[in-house]
Amino acid sequence: MAEPRPRRLSAPYEGVRAYCLVVGMWVRSTMAYRTSFVMMALGNFVVTALDFAAILIMFSHIDTLGGFTLAEVAFLYGTTSTSFGLADLVLGNMDRLGRRVRDGTLDTLLVRPAPVLAQVAADRFALRRLGRISQGALLLVWSLVRLDIAWTPVKVLLVPVMLVSGALIFGAVFVAGAAFQFRANDASEVQNAFTYGGTTMLQYPPTVFATDLVRGVTFVIPLAFVNWLPALRILGRENPLGLPGWVDFASPAVALACCALAGLAWRSGLRGYRSTGS
Amino acid sequence: MRLYAAVAVSGFRRYATYRAATAAGVFTNTVFGFIVAYTFKALWSERPHLGGYDQAQALTFVWVSQSLLAVGALMGGGFQEEFQERVRSGDIAVDLYRPADLQLWWLASDLGRAAFQLLGRGVVPLAVGALAFELALPASPLTWLAFLLSVFLGTVVGFGVRYLAGLCAFWLLDGTGVNVLCGLLGVFLTGMLLPLNVFPGALGEIARALPWSAMLQVPVDVVLGRHHGAGLVRALGFQAAWAAVLLLAGRAVQAVAARKVVVQGG
Repeated sequence: MAEPRPRRLSAPYEGVRAYCLVVGMWVRSTMAYRTSFVMMALGNFVVTALDFAAILIMFSHIDTLGGFTLAEVAFLYGTTSTSFGLADLVLGNMDRLGRRVRDGTLDTLLVRPAPVLAQVAADRFALRRLGRISQGALLLVWSLVRLDIAWTPVKVLLVPVMLVSGALIFGAVFVAGAAFQFRANDASEVQNAFTYGGTTMLQYPPTVFATDLVRGVTFVIPLAFVNWLPALRILGRENPLGLPGWVDFASPAVALACCALAGLAWRSGLRGYRSTGS
Repeated sequence: MRLYAAVAVSGFRRYATYRAATAAGVFTNTVFGFIVAYTFKALWSERPHLGGYDQAQALTFVWVSQSLLAVGALMGGGFQEEFQERVRSGDIAVDLYRPADLQLWWLASDLGRAAFQLLGRGVVPLAVGALAFELALPASPLTWLAFLLSVFLGTVVGFGVRYLAGLCAFWLLDGTGVNVLCGLLGVFLTGMLLPLNVFPGALGEIARALPWSAMLQVPVDVVLGRHHGAGLVRALGFQAAWAAVLLLAGRAVQAVAARKVVVQGG
């Protein structure tokens, strides 16, 4: 009766292993064109840095934006960029799924003895995205040095919790977006609105946006839990929607719920997949 | 000439085929429009008349730039990935053999693409923006006509830059790095992130003189009616001059690149 069930038990391990193998392959292949890789990594760093340069230029004309100082905006920017960068590095190429569905190459992944999600996530893994993470992390450190925060143990702990939860929430958006592409394979750009659009929005204080928009990213697509809610607590700011205080600590729970929903969406997407055939 | 017209038409129809992709792009541009519009609104209420724009003009800048993002392929997505892939795979040798000019062929196809993107991806975001915010759009049809001409010239300038980037593939083989740099300049130096007249001091002067300003800043200033009479001619002349310089540079680099092509087994 003690029949071992290796397949079930080792499924997560197998997925991670397959992911690492495919990632290793793509890293080696990237390194074949070294000049191009250096340009890409630098470019990735500078792209995100220029994003912030625009904010710096804004602040050369003003002292506060929506009542927030430069250091406070840099804190928001650094937290969301780091979270998004992590998710983007690990899962950022999921938007290629639509192309695979369209040209039928997804079938190749289905017959391989490894989880499809791991294979799709690792497809064309782009090491250059380290550029975005390092830029976000640098700004986060800079803002922490500049800010005058009354640190408590809870606030200190909230920073790493926020970064990890944020990465998970963005990761869930990537997976949900990929699941959507099973149905609408050309429409991969829709998810850019929530991923890139989301991180752009979270770089700015919530006071800048219309209340309905803030409600939307709190209750419908819970991006506000990436950094706004916990960050406002750390900065000692009022919650723009007047939500109860415990909401600021809800990010990990929200992140897990998002991941579960994204996993379900992925399953149903993959089940409903019909090959283009030939 | 008829050949290139046919190429342009097929470029238009090729992009028109992917309706879901177009709808997705419109959605994304509109979402970004809202996000950027609110940040600009906050900025301009803090500093009215920043860069010589009032708030309505600044918001118009946001929505027109979202509408022109795909037209100028400012963040990539034009022909250059395909061009680089043909260089990498060697298919470019076939293109060079064709009884058509390589540069004009791709220019025609890119203009066809741009014409579709202007209709398919430009109209809806601008209309949504005009409904949601108070914009400073012109009433005179002549201004709109000048805007279309300016968009056309801007697209040719954009093509000139992207063609040079595509030609880099003859030396680098993998074009991804160049494309990242291209997208970066296309976002920052065009004014996509922040209008160029808000850029401080020398940085602003330089940015406004570079070809990237011809892709977005000039067309938006034309539609805002900031150029009149001789000023309008100067603005369009600025675009035309960059277009000519870049197309000629493209031809020169192409001549050098074509000499590098070795067809195996011929």
